[in-house]
Amino acid sequence: MKINDIKELEKIALNVRKGIIEEIYSGKSGHPGGSLSCADILTVLYFNQMNINPEKPKDIKRDRFILSKGHASSALYSVLANRGYFSIDELKTFRKLDAKLQGHPDMKQVPGVDMTTGSLGQGLSVANGIALSSKLDKQGIRVYCLLGDGEIEEGQIWEACMTASHYKLDNLCVIVDNNNLQIDGEITEVMNSYPIDKKFESFGFNVININGHNIEEIISAFEKAKEIKGKPTAIIAKTIKGKGIDFMENKVSWHGKAPNEEEYNNAIKQLTIE
Amino acid sequence: MEEIKKIAVRQSYGEKLAELGEINKNIVVLDADLSKSTKTDIFAKKYPERFFDMGISEQDMLATAAGFATYGKIPFVSTFAVFAAGRAYDQIRNSICYPNLNVKICATHCGITVGEDGATHQMLEDISLMRTLPNMKVMSTSDDTQTRWAVEEISKMEGPVYLRLSRLESDVIYDKNTKFQFGKGIQIGEGTDATVIATGITVKEAIKAKEELEKQGINIRVIDIHTIKPIDEEIIIKASKETKKIITIEDHNIIGGLGSAVCEVLSENAPCKVIRMGIKDTFGKSGKAEELMKYFHITKDDIITEINKA
Repeated sequence: MKINDIKELEKIALNVRKGIIEEIYSGKSGHPGGSLSCADILTVLYFNQMNINPEKPKDIKRDRFILSKGHASSALYSVLANRGYFSIDELKTFRKLDAKLQGHPDMKQVPGVDMTTGSLGQGLSVANGIALSSKLDKQGIRVYCLLGDGEIEEGQIWEACMTASHYKLDNLCVIVDNNNLQIDGEITEVMNSYPIDKKFESFGFNVININGHNIEEIISAFEKAKEIKGKPTAIIAKTIKGKGIDFMENKVSWHGKAPNEEEYNNAIKQLTIE
Repeated sequence: MEEIKKIAVRQSYGEKLAELGEINKNIVVLDADLSKSTKTDIFAKKYPERFFDMGISEQDMLATAAGFATYGKIPFVSTFAVFAAGRAYDQIRNSICYPNLNVKICATHCGITVGEDGATHQMLEDISLMRTLPNMKVMSTSDDTQTRWAVEEISKMEGPVYLRLSRLESDVIYDKNTKFQFGKGIQIGEGTDATVIATGITVKEAIKAKEELEKQGINIRVIDIHTIKPIDEEIIIKASKETKKIITIEDHNIIGGLGSAVCEVLSENAPCKVIRMGIKDTFGKSGKAEELMKYFHITKDDIITEINKA
């Protein structure tokens, strides 16, 4: 199933956002801001780009997605449920005792989750390991890895960038969810990770800057990345933290808290097409 | 007199790994710019396409190995123990042990027997750090024969393993045909005057002490614990019941290591006094390995002194 219709993809992205809100409201905890900011990117990956089959979540030839910023788990779970890996109903078990949907993604429990993440800075190295395996076996797998713009303050990310570039991992595509906010405030105030594009460029990446909420731009960037040989690609996606819910947008306070009933109803209303 | 063959267990590891590379094409090897010292260079020369030098970036290396494992490869990862278990602890915890991935961490240059490089390079906490991690199995081998067996054994095992290897050349203890069993200690002798429980480089010291004490009419038994986790409870409980004194000896901090593991078993099953010999909550220092063993009191003579104490 590959959806090319932009309007259709936008509709799915709305449903993915709804799922995020349902999860966090049900679980009474979670990370809405950074999940909403990457919802469009994940929608394009799972509904338009990746070679995957929800019926065969362990197929060795499948493309892989590593959510290195594991706290955006609600976005990953929602896109997986919408894609048919498990029921939308299960989203309501998010972060509850004995639920598969742990606070941060657990590959051993959730069908479709390719790597357990949570401790920031480690996912890109994991993605490299898969990309190297695929090259070794000539499997033609593409590996996608989503990083946060705060997360790239972790030194290991840059070790992994050296590795990706050194081993010419052109089957690797990094996406930076550049929503400009981290827990303690703006990136520029807490620990300035800019200029992000120039950093990746100097580490030997093919860099593409896009608006991370424009479905057409996201698709086009992924398509361009596939054409590049001999080096990995980094897509720097300018995004809005909390995107889609007006009172959450660009508000650092919505990094890691759940909406109350009134806020929940308001949010769902904003995500429902009349 | 027949000369006793001496070989460093890291050499045994490197040779066996290269041999296994032939049999198991799923094995990949990662090193962090220390392949000549960890002896993964033997594999690298034979199978360059399956060897990945990750440069001086241990955290990246361990998490990359996790990626290989999610795909179905069997990554063997080597560097010095201090950089594996210490520097990359969080990667081992969150990216390897929590998802229970099939990564084999074979760390060389453990303990004070690293010698001249001194405290920054002498890992004395790795047994402690690694055995506290759920899903992790921990091994520490004492000679060439045992190490070759262990490397093959862990290559067939599913899940994460930490194998602790010394730098120093050591005597070959076991005959080539010895049958080892994962999780089972090896009892040497039936003595009841005392039991010395050792692991890795200290096993030979314990055996030498046993031989000397026999001449004095004191009969002890030695237990070689090559698998520290899961530990062989049975052999330890039996020793507590049958022998008068229990001593543990390790090239590791006495906090959290073999001595602690033995005490955990005994306190719940067969309480007795346990003397923990090892590095006593301090950092190491530069010097020749043999000098340092004397300095930190982990030689056969120190065992004999301890046993002769009232």
